[in-house]
Amino acid sequence: MDILPILSTLRRHKTTAFLVIAEIALTCAIVCNAVFIINQRIERIHMQSGVDEQRLLHIALANIGVTKDDKARRAEDLAALQQVPGVISVASVNQVPFGNSSSNGSIKLDPKQRLATLNATDYFGENVTQTLGTQLIAGRELHADDYMDMDQVVNAAAAKDAKGIPHVTVITQKMAERLWPGQPALGKQIYMSDYAFTVVGVVKELIRPSIWDDSAASYTMVLPVRVANNEYILRVDDPKNRERVLKAAVAKLKEINPHRVVLKQHLLSNMREDFFQNDRAMTGLLVGVCVALLVVTALGIVGLGSFWVAQRRRQIGVRRALGATRSNILRYFQTENFLLATIGIGVGMVLAYGINLLLMVHYELPRLPAIYFPVGALLLWTIGQLAVLGPAMRAAAVPPVVATRSV
Amino acid sequence: MLGYYFDLALRSLRRNKMLTALMVVAIALGIGASMTTLTVLHVLSGDPLPGTSSTLFYPQVDPRDMDGYEEGKRPPEQVSWVDGMNLLRAKRADRQALMTGGAVPVQPAQSNIDPFFSDARYTSSDFFPMFKVPFLYGRPWSESEDGAKARVVVISRTLNEKLFGGKDSVGQTLRMKDTAFQVVGVIDLWRPSPRFYDLNMDSYGSLEDVFVPLSTARDVHFEHSGSTDCWGTGGGDEEHAETSPCVWLQFWVQLNDSGKVAAYRDYLVHYSQEQKTLGRFQRPPNAQLPSLMEWLDINKVVPGDVRLQTWLALGFLLVCLVNTVGLMLAKFLRRSGELGVRRALGASKREVFAQLLVESGVIGLAGGIFGLLLAFVGLWLVRKQPSSYAALAHMSSGMLLVTFLLAVGATLLAGLLPAWRACQITPALQLKSQ
Repeated sequence: MDILPILSTLRRHKTTAFLVIAEIALTCAIVCNAVFIINQRIERIHMQSGVDEQRLLHIALANIGVTKDDKARRAEDLAALQQVPGVISVASVNQVPFGNSSSNGSIKLDPKQRLATLNATDYFGENVTQTLGTQLIAGRELHADDYMDMDQVVNAAAAKDAKGIPHVTVITQKMAERLWPGQPALGKQIYMSDYAFTVVGVVKELIRPSIWDDSAASYTMVLPVRVANNEYILRVDDPKNRERVLKAAVAKLKEINPHRVVLKQHLLSNMREDFFQNDRAMTGLLVGVCVALLVVTALGIVGLGSFWVAQRRRQIGVRRALGATRSNILRYFQTENFLLATIGIGVGMVLAYGINLLLMVHYELPRLPAIYFPVGALLLWTIGQLAVLGPAMRAAAVPPVVATRSV
Repeated sequence: MLGYYFDLALRSLRRNKMLTALMVVAIALGIGASMTTLTVLHVLSGDPLPGTSSTLFYPQVDPRDMDGYEEGKRPPEQVSWVDGMNLLRAKRADRQALMTGGAVPVQPAQSNIDPFFSDARYTSSDFFPMFKVPFLYGRPWSESEDGAKARVVVISRTLNEKLFGGKDSVGQTLRMKDTAFQVVGVIDLWRPSPRFYDLNMDSYGSLEDVFVPLSTARDVHFEHSGSTDCWGTGGGDEEHAETSPCVWLQFWVQLNDSGKVAAYRDYLVHYSQEQKTLGRFQRPPNAQLPSLMEWLDINKVVPGDVRLQTWLALGFLLVCLVNTVGLMLAKFLRRSGELGVRRALGASKREVFAQLLVESGVIGLAGGIFGLLLAFVGLWLVRKQPSSYAALAHMSSGMLLVTFLLAVGATLLAGLLPAWRACQITPALQLKSQ
């Protein structure tokens, strides 16, 4: 196919050609970035938590009056919950994955370091990793004799007494890799407000509750501190029993001590859903806008194509009379669209890159992977060809006799 | 003449219904999407206290130790108990209030309502006049009640309806955490958005239901919630909250003129120096006094997703407009013959231009009307979203007008180029080629 006649025709319709190119370029730039954001969000929605989500329940209560014997009450609650049919394991905790409150601390590798190395979240509670179902990949779990009670730890901290503070911890693999890249973490020490903690175990993954920075989502440590916050996690034997066990467990807790209010009672899988609901809404919106953009662009190409065909009816007739076949005419319009789309895509790629740079600065998005460029180009070429097919076929159907008619 | 052009435009648009529909729908979609997101952005980035916000300031001092010190970084976002109390008692501003959030167990007198937890704010008496909080019944508590740790409570209209059937409940008793409080006031409907005074809580959430003096809340061990930031050996537990090196309170002041603002800034620097001399502060004085709107800006209160959506919608509108420009251009140029005849019959360039602009204006008007409908649907969809700001997404009369002007203005702008190109034709040439 000779493209020179096409170029010379386009040169005579500069404005229209320019508009088609501009539309394709803008669509290309916006869609590339939108699809990139969609992928980021989908990745986030499927973030690994490292816990047995399908079998976990979360119950949080709050006392109505002032209580003194928190520890005895916790023991009573835990014993009762353990007796609920279907419960495998229970723990009294300070926070849960996908919850909205968290305890966090600055971690240093050297107490004299001025700026902290990273910020990690701290899970407290005897049996917390066993109940959550995290996977231990090195070392050991925390033992009962590692544990200390929260109130004692608080008093020890206020008195600056290091003996009253736990000195071992279990951390996640990602945190270990961040702190000591390529080295075994077991036996190494980390520091949190001047107190040293020795890493005795590493778990594969344990997500932090409130995630404000996705890259730090797995910086988690478990400290051997017993808490009595009226907050419990339960693991059940069979996911099918979850609802029933939750109901029975809440009833049991209310029965033991009615002078408290149930603040939260959730299946962990539902908490996960809620946690990412904004990401899901944003994904839906972006998909909608992308589809709308592509449809508008395609319809624009159909509309302009139709006009061009109608405008050049006589020329087409002349060409047909001079011996051009139907497929020649079809090919002509298809090539013309391909040329316009190619220029549009070229400009669009540059624009897409520019928009991505802006997003990187203002929304902390990573760099657009190179794969988006060929895929985006292919998508727009396909849409352009599909959109122009109708008008091009109509052009090909113009009979040669049109050439002989005047007006 | 305009009527005639209008008639011509309608005829022309009717001649090719598909194309007209395509242009109108494209503009409507672009306008609808842009207006939905712009309305949300407008609502979320609004002034929570119009008329008052310019006199409200958020003093910040830096009480942390040298650990993690970096020059030029902002002080902590909240104040510690000691600094908060010092600044509150110094009374250097026209009004000042110290506060924090929490949740309290409410024990209704009626046996048919189970005890429940309500969001609460523990604050000092100036909170109410400083933020111009409207009262339905009663009054705020007084400064002396602050000092006396009085068991008094101000409740929201919502809670008053739930517990007292909406009647004037001033003087009634409300039990919370096994303690009896006397209701002194009921706040009328009031929802500053964003809820600027404590950005640790849901920024666009509804008003707290319970307000008690901060001193009382500490006395009866009401639990505080929100963010607690500690340094050194601070553990952030409730028991040691007054003495531990932690920031967990918000402090607001009202300063009525710029002279007082400057004086207060000096005072904060002076205070920091004094505390450093006393050995409490270690860092060089780093006092800040952002105004309310500056404070919202610093904290990037408007969700990033909302800004992103606005840009996305504007990009979409741009594509729709480019699309419309292309289609109109093709359409106008196709009518070169007709326009040539008009020109030959004596219509001036300017008249042809006006005629074509009317035609694009009609499309803009139709697109604007449909776009507005789509914006209402869009806002309805936003309100169905789970975010706390969703309920705030309502179209205001100002935004309504903007929508319309944007739709018609954008399409007229889009019509300019095609109309100008179309009236450049030479009548003779057009007539000949026929």
